[in-house]
Amino acid sequence: MSVSTCPSSTPIVDDAQRCDARGLDAVDRAIVLATQAGLPLVPDPWGAVGREVGISGAEVLERMQAMQANGVIRRVAAVPNHYRLGYVANGMTVWDVDDMQIERLGREVAAIEGVSHCYRRPRHLPHWPYNLFAMLHGRSREEVERQAEVLRRRLGDACRDHRILYSSRILKKTGLRLAGKRPNDAATNAGRRS
Amino acid sequence: MHCQAPSIKAEDLDALDRRLIDSYQRGLPVCTRPFHTIAERLGSSEEEVLARLERLQAMGVLSRVGPVFDHARAGASLLAAVAVPEAERDAFAELINAAPGVNHNYAREEPAREHGYNLWFVMTAPDEPELEARLDDLERRLGVPILRLPMLEGYHIDLSFPIPWAELERA
Repeated sequence: MSVSTCPSSTPIVDDAQRCDARGLDAVDRAIVLATQAGLPLVPDPWGAVGREVGISGAEVLERMQAMQANGVIRRVAAVPNHYRLGYVANGMTVWDVDDMQIERLGREVAAIEGVSHCYRRPRHLPHWPYNLFAMLHGRSREEVERQAEVLRRRLGDACRDHRILYSSRILKKTGLRLAGKRPNDAATNAGRRS
Repeated sequence: MHCQAPSIKAEDLDALDRRLIDSYQRGLPVCTRPFHTIAERLGSSEEEVLARLERLQAMGVLSRVGPVFDHARAGASLLAAVAVPEAERDAFAELINAAPGVNHNYAREEPAREHGYNLWFVMTAPDEPELEARLDDLERRLGVPILRLPMLEGYHIDLSFPIPWAELERA
């Protein structure tokens, strides 16, 4: 789902516009809330979700397909925990890349092996000059460093500076939780109403 | 150093487990009986596929079987960071974790640098104004400026990559 597939007339939309455009209604939101921690592992997961949300399984499936078609859902998948599979080194690499070339180089970097996420983000000068983020995963820090070296060579003179920030501890990790309007209700509101 | 459990042994996963992970980390069929469809493709039974997925999830090899949402389209979110004294890091982390909308929080370090941004978290909210309000509120409580790094463009977001089973077995 790269941005290049959007119509060329579409400018970079801000998040507020995107929210309006995403077209999630209350039932969709209820489905997102009911599935974001994982589907029930039963023969008819849609029916099980439907019972929770108060609609039919067929409608859940239809809405899931619609959300997939409009990009709210990237994919429905068996999501591996890479850490448990041996990818214990996680390096967030940040790069100060020439703005004139970042579009092309961002795509090139994204295609390099070991890169799971690659984003352009704003600089905050003077203390944060980095505009390109690439997340690297390896079985050791040495492997991440070798991957970063491949990126550095690819960026060449277009890159003025870079850093690698290793995760030393995971202090909180949940799948994306569609944030509701009601803070902290998960702990107190076991009987869900939404 | 890490608070997660160590890696699993690749030997504990047989050919069917591996095929399930390899074939379906990029997406499973969104159809009436998805696990039945998967079973047919793999020459297994629906019951067996469900039992395997259940076990892989219990082992922590799979974090979940379900939808992967696009942060930007399912609400507003951004990557945020603060630089805090290393000795007080955990106290700051607790405040951050307790704030509404925080869904990831990683301590990060740079081997050759001190006093860098050492807490990185993702803040989410239903919409953009609420996101800013949550960050402003948290910033006041932390008493340190929050570096706000919204995604301007995504070149590649792919949490799936080939798992080198053979190498894992040697490890």
